[in-house]
Formats: sequence, structure tokens, C-alpha cells
Amino acid sequence: MIGLLSYGAFLPRYRLDRGAIFKAMGWFNPATYGAARGERTVASHDEDSVTLAVAAGIDCLRGFGRDAVDGLFLGSTTLPFAERQGATLVASALDLPEGTRTADLGGCHRAGTGALLAALDAAAAGSVRRALVAAAECRVGKGGSTAEHLYGDGAAALLVGEGDAIAVALGSHSLSADFVDTYRENGARFDRGWEDRWVRDEGFKKLLPAAIRGLLSQLDLPIDAFAKVIYPCRYARDHGGIARKLGIAPDKLQDPLMGQVGDTGSAHALVMLSHALATASPGDKLLVASFGNGCEALALEVTEHIDSLTARRGVEGSLARRAELGSYEKYVTFRELREVDMGIRGEFQAPTALSVMWRDHRQVMGLVGTRCTACGTPQFPAQNICVDPECGATNEMEPYRFSDRSGTVFTFTGDNLAFSVSPPAIYGTVEMDGGGKLFVDFTDCDLTTLRVGQRIEMTLRRKYHDRERGLSGYFWKACPIAEEPVAGEEVSHG
Amino acid sequence: MAEGIKDKVAIVGMGCTHFGELWDKSAEDLMVEAFGEALADAGIVKDDLGAAWLANCFDEVNLGKSAIPLSIALKLPYIPVSRVENFCASGTEAFRGACYAVASGACDFALAMGVEKLKDTGYGGLPDFGQSLGTRNRLTFPNMTAPGAFAMMATRYFDRYGLSREEGKRILAHVSAKSHHAGALNPKAHMRMEVPVEKILKSPIVADPLGLFDCCGVSDGAACAIVTTPEIARELGKDAVYVKALQIAVTSGEELMLPGWDGTYVKTTRKAAGRAYAEAGVTDPRAELSVLELHDCFSITELVTFEDLRISETGKAGEDVLDGFYNLDGTIPCQSDGGLKCFGHPIGASGLRMIYEVYNQLLHRAGDRQIADPRLGLTHNLGGFPNMSVCSIGVFGT
Repeated sequence: MIGLLSYGAFLPRYRLDRGAIFKAMGWFNPATYGAARGERTVASHDEDSVTLAVAAGIDCLRGFGRDAVDGLFLGSTTLPFAERQGATLVASALDLPEGTRTADLGGCHRAGTGALLAALDAAAAGSVRRALVAAAECRVGKGGSTAEHLYGDGAAALLVGEGDAIAVALGSHSLSADFVDTYRENGARFDRGWEDRWVRDEGFKKLLPAAIRGLLSQLDLPIDAFAKVIYPCRYARDHGGIARKLGIAPDKLQDPLMGQVGDTGSAHALVMLSHALATASPGDKLLVASFGNGCEALALEVTEHIDSLTARRGVEGSLARRAELGSYEKYVTFRELREVDMGIRGEFQAPTALSVMWRDHRQVMGLVGTRCTACGTPQFPAQNICVDPECGATNEMEPYRFSDRSGTVFTFTGDNLAFSVSPPAIYGTVEMDGGGKLFVDFTDCDLTTLRVGQRIEMTLRRKYHDRERGLSGYFWKACPIAEEPVAGEEVSHG
Repeated sequence: MAEGIKDKVAIVGMGCTHFGELWDKSAEDLMVEAFGEALADAGIVKDDLGAAWLANCFDEVNLGKSAIPLSIALKLPYIPVSRVENFCASGTEAFRGACYAVASGACDFALAMGVEKLKDTGYGGLPDFGQSLGTRNRLTFPNMTAPGAFAMMATRYFDRYGLSREEGKRILAHVSAKSHHAGALNPKAHMRMEVPVEKILKSPIVADPLGLFDCCGVSDGAACAIVTTPEIARELGKDAVYVKALQIAVTSGEELMLPGWDGTYVKTTRKAAGRAYAEAGVTDPRAELSVLELHDCFSITELVTFEDLRISETGKAGEDVLDGFYNLDGTIPCQSDGGLKCFGHPIGASGLRMIYEVYNQLLHRAGDRQIADPRLGLTHNLGGFPNMSVCSIGVFGT
């Protein structure tokens, strides 16, 4: 049965109270007062669309063998590179097989659902057996804009292919329309748009219903056949208004998460879908629609396999993992919107040897070290000669992936001298379950609560941003976990 | 079984500049000054030198690569000159080259020179490690600094021995306070002031849990040694100090990659100490050593080194520290010249600066800081980081 096999989501830990944004910039544009409610997610200084997609992918793939994945479709309008594929970076971080078909989808905020449809079609055509669909966004709005309040950062992932599908696709309907609610020229940092009233009345309120009605008529189903109707709309009042217009009962309208997350662009429909799948029951029909240069709508039916899929961290797990960013100034600094005095340590950035990056890409992007087949000792970085003096075997190593293992804090420090965009730079050594030690940066943690022996997991982050040469370097960081990974780390879904 | 170099090498001349923020002096100025003192001390002429070694760590920000800067600065007579670098053990590494040259019979006199101009780098603290870790490690290693790397050892030590942050930091503060006492008496030291424990405890955090006064001085300076064979030293009729042991141990990566090492000690120090004691014939270091110059880049480094050298019991160095065992007037004075903490730490020069103090103590030339009846002195350098280190240990006697 071809369909969705799994889902996952990841939202950054930091939240920024919209009141703090208004407090900082409301003087400039008092009209943003209406948007200054609730909070939004903010990617940390070391997160971008690639790292967010990887984190969502890890959540989605929990319990699934990586070797069986042979496709990765990534939707985003904020990938760090115009030329260097995001999907390949994500596949590399997830240590997916070399033969994986990868593609980036962008251009508009239908890119997430577009990636899902592309994966479903590829699976149906037999071109891929299992494809990971990921969508991630990390947008910035201009200072004093409504966008700055309403945008959120986040990612979602779905595994699509042949197997015990938790949901199957019933059909889809697409509308392509050069309705320019926002646009961003190549190379530009910020988007531009047109009057909100026009975007709401002529865009969201006309195109979304048109796409949904088109799908319903194609499937010959009434709207109340759906247990949840899922569509992002950054205008809170219109989100409900569209539902009333379509006859969607309030309890069947999926929470757009605007008060806790914000609009995560092309990821948002999939973030909301992941959220819905976490509580869906067998037999539930889900309608998912997204808006952006037209609309896309697709229908899914949840199967009995949803009950045997082990819990994902998903949206709820991400929402529970929350820390307040604290200030608008910190947000602006994290997004490199304000020049800060980085000092000589921050300014100095040695060039990245692309040849080294490629030669060791499985180590650097995939956190794949070696395990000695003679004595069984995992080791990182990858070694030729076993580091255990009792063994010392030469060239008897096999690849060994650390990224999907937990560990414990061996030692750490909070360094005020080392350069960090979020000082102090916290780093240390972690001992990994199953053996091996990693000497790495820590992230998403507070020095005051960090302890020797604390449990950690690994998360891909941007290690540095070489602004002079326009290159982000990625590596894995240790991240404390409040509780053990959701039950079923050992449960294999194949 | 190799018999080592015990009593095969004699130090007949040493020189050391004032260490500090020497904004008006170049590396060349410093090398010429240290060399002049050593040459006068040895009572030889430049043409007697058969070989020379130069130690300099951050070549990219001061002297540049190769040994040519030393040879040109001193106008050496076209002899073999080599530049060596092994992080903070660089100075001792240069000294080892010179010792091996005379012990092997390759030449009669050899020079070891160490110099560093850290204050021309623009950094507070050491320059960034970004470049020096290599193109591969840079991609994955934390963006660390030296204080951060050693702070992680303090985190482990406090945890392992059940010390609260306050208890641990108080012990470390006493380590630094005692060095400040000795440093205040040393006219060549970078920081010549007493600092009370309470002030040390209140200093701002550099890398948690280490504060400003847990960190050594970052200085400019040069130090050098002229070595020869015992036979030639006797012919010269000079007071000489003899090398009893000289050992270097470099990690094989176990501390970085294998579980087992608990992070509260330095494995290379233990290895080098074991070999050095065997070479020197030391069986009970707590009873036999008279003076110590240890690599106190950070207070925690000195604390664990007391244990790694088997002078204090494992986990109990703090008790000896609080008892004043290592004070200038204690049983085994440590850092009688102020140590890295106060004399300062121009990386390439530091190993030779330590030997300079032990040499002066053994020859009763240490002035206000003179220790009564010193017999054996030990110097210790630790390069790199606790989890990837190079350690050099020298034992010296008359």
C-alpha cells in the first residue's frame, strides 16, 4: 500500500513574544499592534532551513531504516544556497544512501505540499520506493513589518512510499495562479507584497475555497466527510472566515498554530498535517491545502496502521521544548540583521577546504565515524588504526553512525572567550550509548542547568557562517534532552 | 634498552628576558637579549655553537616559519638551525634537540632558544585555534579556547571528587594566590603583585568554572639555554646543572576517543613522569624533588599535575595546596618564579623559562626566592588540551 508511512516535525526551541517585537518596533509601525499577540518560533543562531529539515527528518525516520529510503524532496523558499542543493545536504545529514533521488522545490509556499505530491507520484510510478518529504522555512520580515510578527520558523517531514501506510492519498487538486501576495527577487533578503486587504479578499478567501471545492468535487465528497481540514492562513480572522464559508465545523478546523508558532511558510501545511496525524484515528479523512501563487489541496485517509506507529516528538513535543528568546535584539542578531562587534575571534574565519568537506562528508554531515570490526569499539573521528591499544587493528573499520544515538554529558564548559553568536560558547565531551566519545559544541541548553551525566542527543546545526565567502558549515552538536527519546527507539518499523 | 641521557648533558649558560606586554620589543630584540645573557653566563663565543634550535608556536603571527629568523637575529655562523613547534611544549622540545645533539656527540655546544610575541596578535588570550587545528578538525571540533579546554577538566574534577563549585574554586584560588606571592618577588615576572584569595574568587568568569585569576598571563618573552657535555663543562670550570631526565609523551587519541579516561588527570603527564622518574632514578618524588616549575596555564592544570606527578595523592592535591605544601616556604615550592601565572606565558619560551628558574635555584642564584638546599628540580609543560595533549618533563640536578 503506497501512502504516508510516518510523520515528524521540528520547531525551534526559542520563542519570541510578539509583544517584545512590538515594544521594539511598534513606534515605527503602530499598525502592527493587531499582529502583536502570542508568540512565534525563532530559529537559533545555529539553525537554518537545512538544519530544521534535518531535525524534522530525524523525528520522522525514528524506527525506520535509513537504507530503505531512496528519495528526498525538500520544500522551502529560504534554503541557504541558490546553488548547492538543500535536499542533498539534508540527505547527507540523514546519511541516506548514495542512490537517493533528491530535489528541491521552492518558489512559493506551496513548495511543501508540492514536495509531498511529487513524492507520492514518484512512489506511485515506482521511481522511488520510499521518499522522505521535508519542508522547512526560516523567513525574515523587515523591521517593523507585520511579517516580522507573523512569520515563524519550523519544519515538518513525511515518509512516503510502499509499506504499512498510516494514511493513503485519495486525490489532489492544484490551482496555479500568479497571484503575488509576496515575492522576493533572487538574492533579496526580504519579501515584498501588496495591500493585506487585497491578499485576504482576492487571495486567501477566493483561491483556497476554489481549490478545496475543486478537490471535493473531484472526489465527490462533502466537506463534512473530513475529520480535519488543514490549511494555513496567516490572517487569523480569515482562517475562521474561510472555514465558515466552506461549512467546516470549528472542531474540524486544524489549529493554524499562529499563537504559538507563526506562519512557517512552505512548511506550514505539513507542520499542521503532522500535528493532525498525531491525534488522528483510523478512518479519518484529512484535507490539506496550501496557499501560494495558487493553491494545492489533497485528501488523505488515515489507516489502522496509525495506531502501531510509535509516537513522534512532532509538533506537541516541539512546543513542549520551549525557551524564551528574551529580546528582539537577540532575534535581530541571530538573523544577522544587525552588525555586531564579533571581535577578532569572530571576524577571523579560515576558508573551508571544499575538497576536505567532500572527502569527509560522511563524517562531517552524517556524523559517521568508524567501528573497529576486530574489537567493536566505535570511534570518532573516523580512524584507520583502532584507538584501543589492546586492539590496534589496522584498516578493519566499518562506518558507524552516531547521529541517531543518545549519550551522556562527560564534561562541558561555558566559554566567554570563544566567539559565539550566543555566548557563552558551550561545548564539551559526550559519551555515546553503545560506545565512542564526541568532542563537540552544545546547543539549545543553559549553562546553569547543564550537568555531568545529563542525557543528550545529537542535532545538526550550522557550525559557522563564513559571510565573506558565503558559506555555511554544518556539524552536529549535543543537545540536552529532558526525557529519554519517545518509547520505541528499539521498535523497528522496517 | 636505551639508557637515556641522564648526566650526559650539562647546562652551562642560560638567559631569559623580562616577560610581559613588551610593546616596544620585537622577537629579534628578545632573542638577542636572552642570548647575550646565556653567552656571558656560559663564557663561550658564538662560534663555539655547533647547532641551534628555535621554539616558536604561533609562527603565523610573529616570526614566520623556519629557523632562519633565529639564525639571522643572532648572526649564527651557518650552523644547523631548526625550528620546532609542539604547542606549549615547544620550548622544551627545542631544549631536547640541543640535548640530543651534545649527548650524541654531534656537537660540543648547542643552543635552544624559545621566543613568542603574543602581544602582536591583537588577541586578549591566545590567538584563535581555528587555523592551527587543521583543515579537517576545524570542521568538527568545538570553537574552543585554551581556558575552555581546561575548564572542562575542572568540571570533571569537581564532579568526580564531590567538590561544590565554591569548594573547588577556593582550592584553585589558593593555587593562583601562592604563585602571585612568588611572582611578586621576581623582577623578570610579568605580573608582580600579590592577589588575595577572595579577590581571585570574585574575578569574572572566562570559561566556567575558571575565572580571570585562574588563567596565566599572556606575554612576550624569550629564554634560552646553552648545553654541552659534562666533560667540556668540567674543563670550562663552570657551575653546571645536569639533565637527569628529559621525556615527552604525546597522546595516541585514547583520551579523545575511548571511554576510560575520566578527565580528572592528564594521561601524557603520567606517562612522561613515569619515564622521567625512571630515567632520573627518582623513586619517591614527594621525598626527592626540591623545586617544581609546572605548566600552570590554568590553576586546574597545576592542581591535577601535583597528582599526576605522584607528589599529591589522587584527589587530594587540594589538601596539600590548602596546607601550603607547594608554597615558596613549603615542603616542595612550586612556581618559585611565579609560574606561567605570573612570570607569563610566551608559549615558545615557557619551557626554557622554567628550566631557567630551576637552573638558578640549583645554582643558588634565585635571590629573594632562593630555596634552601635544592637538590632536584622538575619542569613540566603541557601542550594542547587535556583530551589531546603533549607533555614534556625535565628533571635537573647538580
